[in-house]
Parts: sequence; structure tokens; C-alpha cells
Amino acid sequence: MADVALRKVVKRYDDVEAVRGIDLDIADHEFIVLVGPSGCGKSTTLRMIAGLEDISDGDIMIDGDVVNDVPPKDRDIAMVFQNYALYPHMTVAENMSFGLRLKHYPKAEIKARVTEAARLLDITDLIDRKPKQLSGGQRQRVAMGRAIVRNPKVFLFDEPLSNLDAKLRVQMRIEIKKVHQKVRTTTVYVTHDQVEAMTLADRVVVMNKGKIEQIGTPNELYHKPATRFVAGFIGSPAMNFIPCRLEDVGGTLQIRLTDRIAFALPPARAARYNALPRTDKLLLGLRPEHLTESHAHLGPGVESFDTVLDVTEPMGMETLVYFGLDGTPICGRVDPNAGAKDGAPMRLAMDLNNMHLLNEATGVVL
Amino acid sequence: MADVVVEQGRVARARGARKGSSLRNALGRKSTVAFFLTLPLILLIALLVLYPAFYSVYLATLNKAMTKFVGLSNFTFLFKRETFWMVVRQSCIFAITAVVFKALIGFIVAHFVHNIPGKKQRKWRGMLLVPWVIPPAMSTLAWLWLFDPSYSAFNYTLSFFGVGPIPWLGDTFWARFSVILVNVWYGAPFFLIMYLAALKSVPDQLYEAAEIDGANWWQKIWHITLPMMRNIIAITTLFSLIVTFANFDIVRILTSGGPLDTTHLFATWAFQVGIQSSDIPLGACVSLFMVPILAVAAIFILRDVNKRGNEA
Repeated sequence: MADVALRKVVKRYDDVEAVRGIDLDIADHEFIVLVGPSGCGKSTTLRMIAGLEDISDGDIMIDGDVVNDVPPKDRDIAMVFQNYALYPHMTVAENMSFGLRLKHYPKAEIKARVTEAARLLDITDLIDRKPKQLSGGQRQRVAMGRAIVRNPKVFLFDEPLSNLDAKLRVQMRIEIKKVHQKVRTTTVYVTHDQVEAMTLADRVVVMNKGKIEQIGTPNELYHKPATRFVAGFIGSPAMNFIPCRLEDVGGTLQIRLTDRIAFALPPARAARYNALPRTDKLLLGLRPEHLTESHAHLGPGVESFDTVLDVTEPMGMETLVYFGLDGTPICGRVDPNAGAKDGAPMRLAMDLNNMHLLNEATGVVL
Repeated sequence: MADVVVEQGRVARARGARKGSSLRNALGRKSTVAFFLTLPLILLIALLVLYPAFYSVYLATLNKAMTKFVGLSNFTFLFKRETFWMVVRQSCIFAITAVVFKALIGFIVAHFVHNIPGKKQRKWRGMLLVPWVIPPAMSTLAWLWLFDPSYSAFNYTLSFFGVGPIPWLGDTFWARFSVILVNVWYGAPFFLIMYLAALKSVPDQLYEAAEIDGANWWQKIWHITLPMMRNIIAITTLFSLIVTFANFDIVRILTSGGPLDTTHLFATWAFQVGIQSSDIPLGACVSLFMVPILAVAAIFILRDVNKRGNEA
């Protein structure tokens, strides 16, 4: 077990910079998830930590030692690949023990470790099978078992669940979390699925275009996104961004969304945004759950308005409603019994206590 | 798959018995269709392989003038001749040595070519295939000139180092060496291309996983590459063993079996005995000896392929 540190790590392919100066400190026992759209450099970063890719610039440290030029086999890491990368000609037990056998561990210890890992992952019955006789979920477990028996300093997961079907993915997600709770090995996990990132991570690292957008706990990212990218990437359905501007009306600060719709900001928000120039083009960021059906008694900071719904999506426990404000498509979440219907008018309420205000040009959350 | 076909056939038959139109049902059966589709190939093989094979068995039981049935006396005659055993030995030496070296060189060169990036790889692949593409009769003629004892490039070059002249085709050892060398030169590209294809089919992630598991380059070859290429190696080796064992043109052009019949293979000796010495029954007899040897090799290797066939 060890901590991992990245210092201004850069990866260049010819003239393309895939990773553009990443700083990241991963504490011992921590479960870190790198998340971002495809091509954001998250897998490259993981492969650089593994040593499968050279580093163009910067330093990577494992347990305090710079490992830039240390080959993967000497870094004491274990990796789980997207397509499992199990050795097809070896049995499950042979797959799991391969690394230990290469290091000439005593046979008794290899057997003990494999048995223990198999028990932990509930694959004891499969130990003599070949990979082709296993289902996707079982292969995934074996791949994890191969990592666990090595008892490495760091676990690296490269999109391990993306080849599984949706149901199995949820199951294996919980499985991975359980395993980490038991073995407590420092883990770096790469995924493009923000749900996986939110559910697994101690801290999530959101990456975009080769840079880190924000590092934080799942709750921090959800409730206090730093940029428009993070705000839009985390959360499903995604946060709404509504063009708006600030204006002073009779001594109170108002936010104007359309010619018809403008709301007074709650006092706390008004104080926070008061210094902003009134001419700036801004975006109101509002999650769908803060756009609900209107009640007779709305709390402070909750404002209602009328609109006509375009489409509704009944999800069972909630109904998603889609409508437009001056051409901007917007999504809200209403109670399934609120009577939302396709094409019907509806009165909705906006909870401005949970709003975000973004600079449209820079994408920074103000 | 076979089960399904049988199952459907049974259903079709049962239905046919009920309705009484069995011919139409028989034609509609999948196995019948399959039979008719393969019929042209079956006829071709019967005509060009089975008929000559049985004909040569028949020939082998005749006397030299082909007028009288003599049973197995051609075979017993062969067993008593020292040249026959020498041909058996030389055929084995030739085939095994040549195949081993072809496989080794093919394997090593395939690794080099595999690691050449992108466009350059195609050029190298093309160039390295040349020996295999040229008709062997033609390229062997060029080798014949290279092996000339007095005027050839080989002995001329060696003379600068104070070596030689070497009687490439005139001495038993060197003649055997030379025919094997030319066969290796001609056949190695086939192994190269087969192994290269096999190498490309091994997923990179297996090597990465092995690297993380702590394997060095040799362990990666031993534990990943070789097991993953096992089937291709088996099939290529078997195929090459058969072709090399039955080789004719290289030996025929380079040495005609000389000196003193020491480089004869089954095919060249059968040709000499049967056609040149006009003892066709004895020639047929010689060539028939290849069958049991090659059959054993085929059974051995194919059994292993079947066993491991659906592993990867």
C-alpha cells in the first residue's frame, strides 16, 4: 500500500498533447476515480502510472519514489483491463498465480493466496476453468483476483465494467467497492461513466481535454462544481444552463431569464453575486431536481412560472419534463402525480437556493 | 451445429413419412444440400487424388514389365536395398532439419517484422516473401550457379578469407547442407507470414498484463506468445513437414540425388527408379512409403490441434 503522486505530468504523441500537465496526490488507501469523456487523457494517465506509457514530462511517484523510468514489473502495481486480458490458455488459478509464479513464491503461499482471493471474490468453484468457460462477470472477478493475489502497492482499473451489461455492471460496482473496503489498497479507477465515478470514489478527478477540471468528493462535485464542464458532466439528467443576466430593480438584485421571466435572488445569493458587472453574459445552472411542480406554499427563494411542456418522460418514481425557455431546452423533475402531460401547460417552481451562476464566456462557476 | 442438422433431418424425415413425398424432403434436408454443394470438390479429389493413389497401389504390385502380379515382392526387394534405407534416413534428416530451421528463422524474423512500425512493415513483408513467391525451379537454378565450385560467388568470396574452395554439391556433407539451405531459404517466408499473422492476433493487452505481472521478454514469449501461437505452429509445421518431405525440385535441380545417391529424397528417388530407370512399379512402391510416415505425423499434430482448437 502506498500513496501516489503526479507532478506536472505531460504526455505528447508527436505534436498532440494527450495529457497536459497533471498534478494529483493520491493518499494511501484512497479510492480515486478518473472520469471524463473519451479522449480526455484519463486512460493515458492511468497507463503512465502503470508504466505502460512513457512520460513526456513531469514526475510520477509511488510511495515517495520517482518511478518515471521504472518498468511496470518493478512498480509493484496490479491492473485490471477493460477486456480483462486473461491468459486464455491458463486456468483461473494459473491466471491468478501467474505473477507470483514468475516471482518464484513458494507453492504453498501461492495456493494460500489464490484460495483466499477466490474466496473473497466468490469464484472458488471456477478455479480450474479456462477463461472461455466463464461469463463476463466471472472473468471480471478473475481479473480482479489476479490483481488481489499480488498484494500490490496500487490497484489500477481501466474501465473494468464497460464490457458488462447494465445489470451486471451495477452488481460488479458494488463488488468492487466491497473488495476495496476489505483490502484497502490504494486504487486508481478510470471510467467514462459518471455514475460509477460517484458511487465508487473517495475522490473523483474530472478530466477534460488532457487537464484536470476539478478534484473533489462526489458530493463536492455535485453540489459545488467549479466549471461548466464539471457541472454538465456530473449528474443525470444533466444540469440545465439558461442564459441570463443580472439587473437591479428597486434595490433588489434580479436574475432575468427571458423578457417575461425574472426573479429576485435570495438574499444570500444576492450578496454573493452583487459585485458582478451587470453587463456580463451569464448562465443560470440549475439541476433538474430543483425544477419541480409548483405548490401553493413555496419556500423562500423558490419562484414559480408558467410554461408549456414539450415532452414528458414518466420514470416511475418521478417524471422528467422537457420544455423550452426562449429556445433553450430545459429538463425538470416533477412528481409523477403532478399531472404533467405532453404539450400541456404547467406551472413549475425553480429553487434558486440551489442555483449556480456561471460566466458564459469562461465557463467558470461564480 | 451437427446436432442441429441431425435433429432437423430427423424432423424432416418424420414429416416426409407422414406425407409420403420423401424425395422432396430429402432434397430439402440440410445434409443433402451440403452433400451436393461439396460434390464438385469430392469428385475433383476422387479424380486427382484417390484414383492415382489406388492406381499406384495397384502398380506397386506388378513386376517391372507390368505384366504380372507379384504381390509384395517389390516391397521386400526394397527393404533389402541399402539405398532405400539411405533415402529414408536422408528424407527424415532433410525434412526435420529444414522444418526446424524454417520454423526458427520464421519465428525470429516474424518478431522483428512485427516490431517494425506501420508502412515500413509492408515493404519488409513484401521483400521477405520474395523467395517463396519465385517458382522454386527458377530460384534453385540461381542457387546452382552460386554453388558452382570454380566460378561461383560463394567460393570467390570465401577465397578472400583463405577458405575453400568448398565442393558445395560434390561432397556428401556439403551437398546435404546445400539442399537443406536452399529449402530453408525457400520455405522460411511461409513460416514468417503465418507466424506474423499469429503474432498480430495476440491482443496487446495480454502482453501488458504479463508485463505488469512481472514477465521479462523471454517469459512473455514462453508464457504468452508460444501458447497463443500453438495451433498455428502445429499446423504450419505439419504442413511444411509434408511439403518438405515430398520435396522434388530442389534436390532434382541441385544434385539429382548425387553424389552417389546421398541426397535423394523419396520423390527424387522414386522418379529416378520409376521414370528414369523405367521400373514404374518399383517407383510407385518407393513413393508409397511416404504415406505411413506422413499419416503418423498428421494424426499426431492434428489430434493436438483438435484438443486445443476451441481454447482461444
